[in-house]
Amino acid sequence: MQSSSTNNKNSKAQQARRRFLQKLGLLGAAADSYTLLELQAKTTASAASGDKRWGLLIDTSKCASGCDACVRGCNTEHGIDASDSDLTRAQWIRKIDLKDKLTGKESSLPVMCQHCDSAPCVDVCPTGASFKRADGVVLVNKHTCIGCRYCMMACPYKARSFIHENLTEQKPSAPRGKGTVESCTLCVHRIDSEQDMQPACAVACTDEAHSAIVFGDLNDPDSNISRQLQSAGGSQIRSDLQLNTGVRYHGL
Amino acid sequence: MSNPTTYFQPVRTWSGNYLIWMFALVLLVLAGGYCAYHMEHEGHHITGMNNSVVWGLPHVFAISLILAASGALNGATLSSVFGNKLYTPYARLSVVLSVCLLVGGLIVLVLDLGRPDRLAVAMTTYNFRSIFSWNIFLYTGFIAIGVIYLATMLERSLQRFNRPVGALALLWRIVLTSGTGSIFGFLVGRSALDSAILAPLFIALSLVMGSAALALVIPWVSRWQHSSVSLHHAPPTRQSMMKLLLWCVLAVLYFSAVHHVTNLYIAEHRQDEHNVLQGAFAGVFWLGHIAIIATGLVFLQTLRHSGELSSTAWHLLCAVLLIACAMILYTVIIGSQSTPQLLFPDKIITASSFGDAGVPAYRPTSWEWGFGMGGIALSLLLLGLVLRVLPISPTSQS
Repeated sequence: MQSSSTNNKNSKAQQARRRFLQKLGLLGAAADSYTLLELQAKTTASAASGDKRWGLLIDTSKCASGCDACVRGCNTEHGIDASDSDLTRAQWIRKIDLKDKLTGKESSLPVMCQHCDSAPCVDVCPTGASFKRADGVVLVNKHTCIGCRYCMMACPYKARSFIHENLTEQKPSAPRGKGTVESCTLCVHRIDSEQDMQPACAVACTDEAHSAIVFGDLNDPDSNISRQLQSAGGSQIRSDLQLNTGVRYHGL
Repeated sequence: MSNPTTYFQPVRTWSGNYLIWMFALVLLVLAGGYCAYHMEHEGHHITGMNNSVVWGLPHVFAISLILAASGALNGATLSSVFGNKLYTPYARLSVVLSVCLLVGGLIVLVLDLGRPDRLAVAMTTYNFRSIFSWNIFLYTGFIAIGVIYLATMLERSLQRFNRPVGALALLWRIVLTSGTGSIFGFLVGRSALDSAILAPLFIALSLVMGSAALALVIPWVSRWQHSSVSLHHAPPTRQSMMKLLLWCVLAVLYFSAVHHVTNLYIAEHRQDEHNVLQGAFAGVFWLGHIAIIATGLVFLQTLRHSGELSSTAWHLLCAVLLIACAMILYTVIIGSQSTPQLLFPDKIITASSFGDAGVPAYRPTSWEWGFGMGGIALSLLLLGLVLRVLPISPTSQS
C-alpha cells in the first residue's frame, strides 16, 4: 500500500517535472525565436556597407512638367499629408520647373535630399542626429533630433522639413514626429529589406512610363546607374559647393 | 575694490516699487510661458515660422539677450580689468545682469526647440564639428565664470582673484560672441550669411546692447534702493559710457558696411544683398541703421559740447540703441532667410510647391512676441530676485 502510494507520488512528481521541462522547452524555443528575430533585425540594420553608395540619377529630358507622380509616390509611402499649407507641410521631394536664362529651354525635375558625401546638415547638427550611413544615405535619428532646425539653415538644397503640426496615420516603416526635422531617406526601409527594391519615387516614375529616376549603387561600375552616368554624364545641383552629392541630374 | 563712498546691500522688499515690478514681471513670465507651452502643444504652425524661414522672432529675442549678456559685462571688465573706478559701483550689477540676460536668452532658445523635452540629449550628446555644440559649453562656461567672478567681488578673501577672473571672463565673452556670430557665419547654402565678418559684427553689437542694457538697469535698481549713487556718479559715468557706446556704434556700422558692401561686389551674393537692401525687410534694415547712426551723432555732439544729457534723453537713447541693434539682428537672422536659396544660378524657376521662386513670407505672431517678451521678463525677474538676496546694489554711505 505504502509502496503503491510512493509510486503514485513518484509518478506525479515525474509528470510535474515533465510538464515543467516542456514549459521550459517552449520558453526556450520562444526565447530562441526572439533572439533569431532580433539577430535578423540587427543583420538588416547593419547592412549599410561602405562598399555601396546608393544614389539617384534623374534624367530631366524624361521628366514631364506637370507630372508629380514621384511626389505622390513618396507621400503615400511615408504617410505624408499633402493637404496642409505649402509653407509648413513636409516636402521630402518637390517638383521644380525651370527655364534657362540664356536659351529659354524649359525643364522639370524633382529635388530631394541630395545625400551629400560632405553633408552640411551632418556637420552642423549639435547632437549628431543628422548622420550619414556608410552607404551614403543621409538620415535623421528621430530619437536624438531636438528640433533646432540648424540643419535646415545649413542645407543648400532646402531639402529638409520641420514638422509643424501633430501627425496622424503614420506608417510603421516611416516613423515621424512633431517638432523634429525630416527629409528623403532614399526609402531605406525598402532598399534594406530586399535586393533590387527601389525607392517609391523611382517606382512611381516608372509606373507613369517616364522612367526618369534611376536608383542604384554608384560604387558598382556594372550597375544601371553607373553605366548611364558613364555614357551620358550627370551633373550636381550647386556643384560649386563640392559636396559630392549622391543625386545626379542628366540634361540639367 | 569698491569705491570708499559706496557700499552694497540687498534691495529691501518694500523699497521703491520693487514688489510691483516683481509682480508685473511674474505676470509677463507666466504669459511667455503660456505662449511657449501653446507653441509646443500645438506645434510651430501657430507661429510665423515655416520651412523657408525656420528661425524667427524668438531667435531674435534669444540672440539679442545672449549678445546683451556678453556686452553687459563691460561694467565689470572696465572696473576690474582696466581699473576704471567709475564703473566699480556697478561691477557687481554688471555681472549679475550679464548672467541673468544669458539665462533668459538660453531659456527662449531651448523652449523654441521642436523638442525642448530633449534638452538632456542636447546636454549629453555632442557633435564637435557643430559650432552649436561648442556654444553649449561656451554658454554654460560663461555662467560658471560669471558666478566665480561675482564671488571674487562679494567675498573679501577671494578679491585677489578678481582681476585674473575678470580677464578670463573678458576673453570668454569674446569667444562666446564670436561663436554666436559663427552660428550664422558659415552657412554655405545661404549667401546672405556666408561671411566670417558676422563674428566681429556680433561682438560690436553685443558691446552696444550690453552697455545700453546696463545703462537702463542702473536707474531702475537705484529707484528700488532709494540710492543716490547713480545720481552722484551719473555725469562722469554717463560721459564715459557715452564714449564707449560711440566707439561700439562706430564698430557696428563699420562691420555692417563691410559685410553689405562686399556682398554687393561678390556676384553670387548680389541678388541676396539687393533683397536685404530693397526687399521685404529693407524697412527694418534701414530704420535700424538710421536709428543707430542718429544716436551716435547725438552722442558725438553731446561729447563735443556740454558732455551732458538729461537722464530722460540718455535712457531714451539707450533704449533706441537696444531696439536698433535688435532690428539689425532681425535683418541678419530673418532677412537672410527671406531670400530664395540659389539652387540653379543659370535658370529661372517658373514653378515650385516649396516657394523656391519667390521671397518667403514671414510675419511673427503674437505667440512669438509673447514668448520673446517673456524671456526678457524672466531675465529681469531673475535679476530682481538676486538683488533681493545678495549685496549687489550700490548705495551711498550714510
